[in-house]
Amino acid sequence: MADMKVGAYICKGCGIGERLDTAQLAMIAQKEGKAQVVREHEFLCNASGVEMIKNDIANEGVNHVVIAACSRRAKAETFNFENVAISRANLREGVIWATPADADKKELVQEMAADYVRMGCAESVKMQIPRTNPNLGHNKRILVVGGGISGMTAAIESAKTGYDVLLVEKTGSLGGWAAKLHKRVPYREPYAEPADTGIADLIKQIESDKHIKVFLNSTLSKTSGSPGQFSVDISTESGGTATENIGGIIMASGFTPYDMNKLPYLGAGKSKDVVDQLGLEALAKAAKGGAIKRPSDGKEVKSVVFIQCAGQRSDKEGELPYCSGHCCNTSIKQAMYFKNQNPDIDTNVIYTDLRTPGNGEDFYRSAQKKGVTFTKGKVGEVAPGSGGLEVKFKDLILNDDAVAKADLVVLATGQVANSGIDMEAQLLAEAAERDDAKKAKDAGEAVAEHQEKPKGVSILNLTYRQGPDLPHLKYGFNDSHFICFPYETRRTGIYSCGPVRRPMDMAQAIEDATGAALKAIQAVENASLGRAAHPRSGDLSFPEFRREGCTQCKRCTVECPFGAIDEDEQRYPVFNESRCRRCGTCMGACPVRVISFENYSVDTVGYQIKAVDMPDQFSEKPRILVLACENDAYPALDMAAMNRFTYSAFTRIVPVRCLGSINTIWVTDALNSGYDGVVLMGCQKGENYQCHFVKGSEIAHTRMSKIDDTLKQLALEIERVKTYEVAITDIQRAPALINEMAETIQKIGLSPLKF
Amino acid sequence: MTDVVATNETILVVGGGISGMTAALEAAECGKDVVLVEKSPSLGGRVSQLYKYFPKLCHPTCGLEINLRRLKANKRIRVLTLAEVSAITGTPGDYTASIKISPRYVNENCTACGECEKAVTAEIPNPFNYSMDKMKAAYLPFSMAYPQRYVIDPSIIGTPDAEKAKSACKYDAVDLGMKEATVKLKVGAVVWATGWKPYDANKIQPYGYDRYANVITSVEFERMLDPFGPTGGKLVRPSDGKEAKNVAFIQCAGSRDRNHLKHCSRICCMASLKQTTYVREKFGDDANVSIYYIDIRAIDRLEDFYKKVQADPKVKFIKSKVANITEDRASGDPILHGVDTEGYHRYDTKHDLVVLAIGMEPSVDASKIMQGVAADASGFIDINATTEAVFGAGCASNALDVNRSVQNATAAALRAIQVINRVSRAEA
Repeated sequence: MADMKVGAYICKGCGIGERLDTAQLAMIAQKEGKAQVVREHEFLCNASGVEMIKNDIANEGVNHVVIAACSRRAKAETFNFENVAISRANLREGVIWATPADADKKELVQEMAADYVRMGCAESVKMQIPRTNPNLGHNKRILVVGGGISGMTAAIESAKTGYDVLLVEKTGSLGGWAAKLHKRVPYREPYAEPADTGIADLIKQIESDKHIKVFLNSTLSKTSGSPGQFSVDISTESGGTATENIGGIIMASGFTPYDMNKLPYLGAGKSKDVVDQLGLEALAKAAKGGAIKRPSDGKEVKSVVFIQCAGQRSDKEGELPYCSGHCCNTSIKQAMYFKNQNPDIDTNVIYTDLRTPGNGEDFYRSAQKKGVTFTKGKVGEVAPGSGGLEVKFKDLILNDDAVAKADLVVLATGQVANSGIDMEAQLLAEAAERDDAKKAKDAGEAVAEHQEKPKGVSILNLTYRQGPDLPHLKYGFNDSHFICFPYETRRTGIYSCGPVRRPMDMAQAIEDATGAALKAIQAVENASLGRAAHPRSGDLSFPEFRREGCTQCKRCTVECPFGAIDEDEQRYPVFNESRCRRCGTCMGACPVRVISFENYSVDTVGYQIKAVDMPDQFSEKPRILVLACENDAYPALDMAAMNRFTYSAFTRIVPVRCLGSINTIWVTDALNSGYDGVVLMGCQKGENYQCHFVKGSEIAHTRMSKIDDTLKQLALEIERVKTYEVAITDIQRAPALINEMAETIQKIGLSPLKF
Repeated sequence: MTDVVATNETILVVGGGISGMTAALEAAECGKDVVLVEKSPSLGGRVSQLYKYFPKLCHPTCGLEINLRRLKANKRIRVLTLAEVSAITGTPGDYTASIKISPRYVNENCTACGECEKAVTAEIPNPFNYSMDKMKAAYLPFSMAYPQRYVIDPSIIGTPDAEKAKSACKYDAVDLGMKEATVKLKVGAVVWATGWKPYDANKIQPYGYDRYANVITSVEFERMLDPFGPTGGKLVRPSDGKEAKNVAFIQCAGSRDRNHLKHCSRICCMASLKQTTYVREKFGDDANVSIYYIDIRAIDRLEDFYKKVQADPKVKFIKSKVANITEDRASGDPILHGVDTEGYHRYDTKHDLVVLAIGMEPSVDASKIMQGVAADASGFIDINATTEAVFGAGCASNALDVNRSVQNATAAALRAIQVINRVSRAEA
């Protein structure tokens, strides 16, 4: 790499020139910031300003650019130069818009700006231009796990896009549950009649596509590697193992129907004439368009009751708390099997809320037209009666107990995700057990040792430290936690789709599988270029560590929210660069500070903190360090400034990738070097966490809860360090929190640690 | 930015809401070239006008920030704002799109310093707040507007106000001579993500939206919670500024109704459940909320949220399609009339404020896009009957919530990529 040459560019536009002495800032960039090229410009973001910088890059050898102008969030595309390290000193939103224009504040505001120029230069000097991951994988084949409607769709769509596919199915045939259906719910106009499933056609497509290789009766016994270079062991029916290399993974392992035998009060297991929805599909298929017969005695069904939400939307132990989404439409479809064959058959759907969103409403209306009865009621019991079944329910409209007689009862039971092992939940349970065990032990009781091996059957058998499957979100589904990012995954390059992700119907599963195919394709393309996946899409940096300094403490491997770090035999971390999302949580975790990214490291931030000119103890000029999450808190502070909500001119803000990347050394160093207060601003943590790196904010809060000891050692007041959860909408609150710290400092006095 | 170069390997994404942005970003992050066209002056769409999302009650601008950062970092996407597709001709893999670009009267020199806004005196209705308040005729649509560039409203062009804006700008960014222009782009495939609009509440005559000040729509209610919104974040009723502590939500306002929208708009139950938490957030135990509903459609794990709201003693659920609304003249209180079907009781109930959980209809009738693009009976794109490489994404294709819109847009992006890859393979 060529020698580093720093160019600092100071804009005078948007009032910067009026409020600040830019000549002094230029001098600071040159003398203290060690910038070899320093230029002021009236209006840096216009064509001539940008041309000036480009010219310096081309002809002066400038390869580190410091833009002292507006926020990094503004004019990002304008100040985007190839192959140079860019840092931004925020003089507009960060200084002149964040402080009042009072004459008596002029000196303080100038000092603030000067520090941001120092910080920008310090960051730039410590930054390197990312070289891209040296450990690239170029395999672009997509592995699809599961051969149901979701898996088959993912396979076909991937192949259609031009990618080779490996499809692994546990059973002996393709098609999954959908293949067992007589008909499907309509998916297009006029949404009035049950439609052909189309499964036979999909199977044919797969079998005739030379880009799709199918393994039937097979499961994954081992998955290792990273996007672009996964390796999987496939256990086949013959007992053999095939090892295949693949680039990305789509998990479409589907669902298992809820075991209706857990519902004896609804007659399941007690009478053969109580079936679940799949049971009815089998009867309808067997009837081949003729009259559907009841299982007990083969009599033609003349009356049928559908019980919605059977064992679902329930608080009862062992039942499902959620709604499976498809069952209302499915019962409507099944009622039509009867009505279309013989309109005189009595069909009654007992429900609490009928849920047929979108065009399902047309289907619902069509059923009403055919004479299907819909009864708002809550079923208490199904019992054998004379010649048939008796469904006892509370009629919610008449507000009265009622009984419906039926030849056949269909229970609309729910979907249970085939999501494998939830390591996190098991670890938590174990920890709780250990805690209980400890208490029991303390009380002198005998207790069993805890198990270390995960319980249950894994789908992927990942060799990751964080467990063999995708983490579960809730109720066993592994949906994304993020509303804006439904394919966000905590295991890079592995995307799930279909009912394993969320309960869903066929139409949604098809759409979901198509989306998941895009994400898997995107993952292999980015992996082959060394680019990060969402949310730091395109980031070419990657974590590195200094082996000599590592103490094998494993904190980085344990805390990585994405399971990106393995351990070698000597327990040193092994960074799987393509699994990494570049949040820096490992960097924050490392007690010996040996982990860094080329453009984001303990030094790029540490030197910014040190670059601030620290006034002495008697100056009455405190310094407040704010470490703000770049996703939420930093934009909130920017927008506060845009709306002219001002905050203390003693503030120095450093944006961080995630609060999880904050190494406590930054805080300790800041306090040691005389900062009077430190404010950390991260995203919401806990159940409804907002942190886009999942656990970063949570981890930071935990780490900072231990900072009190450090403060005590330094003989400093604990109020000097505060950690907050700040949302992007906290436009008024974020500056208020800073001002609160300023007031606190005023109360308790300046730090004695200024040298 | 009218000098856009595109080829038949470019994907045209129409609509810059969350679905369009997602489709554009996902395709570009797969290495494809994208032109993203948005009718309004900035990206973000309806999602940016929401206070919170259900069920997490988190803020939509958080995801918008990430999407904007992805967009700023990706050189494969070119964004055209104030731009509308006027025609698409050609065949899959080889389309020509005509795009009409309206003048912004502000060029790329704009730094968003805000001096023009200070100089201008004329005020216009603020569309970001559903015209519930006014803004200056030189404006930045909202704090996170992208492009971060001001707009001069056409209504002041030719007036002294426009000249004031021009002379206030030190950066030569105000260009009053800008003219409407039409550009023609070659593209290989189209993702159509023009989103939805609230059903016209005036058409639901018995509810008196046009007659009673204190009957508002759910989208208007949402804006009231924004601290920078039309009421400064106060939950007050329009007639007299009184705090709206007793709020009624009417479900299926326009939806599931053959006289209006025959489909179920899917999101409105969850939206009202979410909005009950706003009333509680503002007024604590002084709040009283009633939801008039037919069925509560809280599908999959959204059921959890429903259960939480059901457990709230301050929220009442009344299974009833409200027959009509009258107004108590003296107080301005709306009075709801109907029958509670559970037990069949008649009611005539007064509330401070009525929120219509307004239905969703497609912004653009799909049958008008181009021949070969099929529409369902509600005007959404019917992908299964469409023969052109025009793929519906988000609420242009169905009444969807944000999560499913994004899912749907990701799928649409892949379908567009398949066309592009076919083109490039054929040309290789």
